[in-house]
Amino acid sequence: MDTYSLLREIADSWVLLAMFVFFVGTIIWAFRPGSRKVHEDTSQIPFRNEDRPGDAASDSNTKELQS
Amino acid sequence: MGNYIKLIALGLITLFAAIAANWGRDLSYVVHAIIIMLVAGFMFLRVLRATDEPVRAVATDGYMDDVVRAGVIATGFWGVVGFLVGVVIAFQLAFPALNFEFLQPYGNFGRLRPLHTSAVIFAFGGNALIMSSFYIVQRTCGARLWGGNLAWFVFWGYNLFIVLAATGYLLGSTQSKEYAEPEWYVDIWLTIVWVAFLVVYLGTIFKRTEKHIYVANWFLLSFIITVAMLHLVNNISIPVSIWGSKSVQIFAGVQDAMTQWWYGHNAVGFFLTAGFLGMMYYFVPKQAGRPVFSYKLSIIHFWALIFLYIWAGPHHLHYTALPDWASTLGMVFSIILWMPSWGGMINGLMTLQGAWDKLRTDPIIRMMVISLAFYGMSTFEGPMMSIRAVNSLSHYTDWTIGHVHSGALGWNGMITFSALYFLTPKLWGRAQMYSMSAINWHFWLATIGIILYAASMWVTGIMEGLMWREVDANGFLVNSFADTVSAKFPMYVVRGLGGVLYLGGALIMAWNMFMTIRGGQKVAAPVGVPAE
Repeated sequence: MDTYSLLREIADSWVLLAMFVFFVGTIIWAFRPGSRKVHEDTSQIPFRNEDRPGDAASDSNTKELQS
Repeated sequence: MGNYIKLIALGLITLFAAIAANWGRDLSYVVHAIIIMLVAGFMFLRVLRATDEPVRAVATDGYMDDVVRAGVIATGFWGVVGFLVGVVIAFQLAFPALNFEFLQPYGNFGRLRPLHTSAVIFAFGGNALIMSSFYIVQRTCGARLWGGNLAWFVFWGYNLFIVLAATGYLLGSTQSKEYAEPEWYVDIWLTIVWVAFLVVYLGTIFKRTEKHIYVANWFLLSFIITVAMLHLVNNISIPVSIWGSKSVQIFAGVQDAMTQWWYGHNAVGFFLTAGFLGMMYYFVPKQAGRPVFSYKLSIIHFWALIFLYIWAGPHHLHYTALPDWASTLGMVFSIILWMPSWGGMINGLMTLQGAWDKLRTDPIIRMMVISLAFYGMSTFEGPMMSIRAVNSLSHYTDWTIGHVHSGALGWNGMITFSALYFLTPKLWGRAQMYSMSAINWHFWLATIGIILYAASMWVTGIMEGLMWREVDANGFLVNSFADTVSAKFPMYVVRGLGGVLYLGGALIMAWNMFMTIRGGQKVAAPVGVPAE
């Protein structure tokens, strides 16, 4: 089998499946239980550390999530 | 020690460029060699003066905003330059006499057009993306930019790339690939700069103090990585001589065409869309003062967009030597792409839920909303035009030009202007822009300019498409090409006027930015004043 046909066959079978599964996986992952709390916290990131870099140890939000 | 290595490298580059300037086979190569020689020589002297001198201490506990400030100024400058060239070539099309004889061949439409596209996309848009990604990644990671002066290398290196590209077009060096015109040595230089950009960006993300990577960074990172991949593959070429600018592409025929439009459409998808969406996901929530409408939607938006966009390129090659299955694939993915695009638009617009009253009082929010509206419009128009039957009418006509400009002027331009209005007072420590009513003027001039532009191009594009396919009872074509050209004249003038309005708005912005940075007495109305 020449390279083109071989690559073509891999691309439209296993690679297609892998990409589709990955894509569906990301959506399921976004809707996983407990994601709401994480997303609410993450969506607040632009409103923190406005003027100077944060400090990982003293950041209450980071701490809360790690515990 | 580091300085000695730098001196050796810069000295060798200066020497090589001097030899290249002497032996160069074509004008643009010689001019570029002289530019590189001067830049490398200047850097050599600069490093030499600092060598073995006491090192000046730099405060590294705050954010690195100097490079963002430089980026803001560069964005404003290149914006005005790019729009000005656009206005010039719009009138050159309406009045061919403006291709002045004494400026030939440098002032020809054919050479100024790529100068315009590269100036607005890569100089204006690219500087906007680099400076805002440097700003956003620091704030959303809670960390100073990684790599110290490497960020400055990215800024100056990228702007050197722009100067080399622009002078190259005027002097006739081009590899004739849309949005990828620069020749081989300029491509190599951009690759070096882009890798440095990626390293600075990733380094900052790695040392972040926030646990999660904010969604804007996902979009900006995908933009940096994908553009690197596109740039490398589309520019595989062999130089004819190391002393000349001409190179030959590795791919030929339809493979070359497909590679080019895989690159070309993803330049739209990842440079002009993903990158600017990264800006949108930061600046819209900031200006509205509320988090993004749905963070889940933003995640789905991201993955759907990057999974789909990469396949859409073949819709540029309907009815060509490209196999039907490939162009059908491109068409189908373009149509599916409509959904994540509109998901992103809705996410941006709904961020204003509960803050819609700001639309009345805050001209910057208004600019963001119109930018998202144009994003929605052009991402609806694009999939429609990618359908083969529609494309048979629209392809090669001015409808395409109108579509591109509703996206570029509306979406990219407006979101960049609002980012500049957000950043300028913040970075120079002012309460707000010098004049809020000037933002209002800019908003209306730009909006009316886009409407004139897009509407005239719709009319002339569809008219032109219909004239081209019109046949008489015996099956003969009714119109010659020159007939369509003369029929388009009034619309060309309207388009030029639209460009003048858009340029006028940008000049007002440049003045407003200058006054804000200079920090004169503020006599302007506060943010809370209703719009006229």
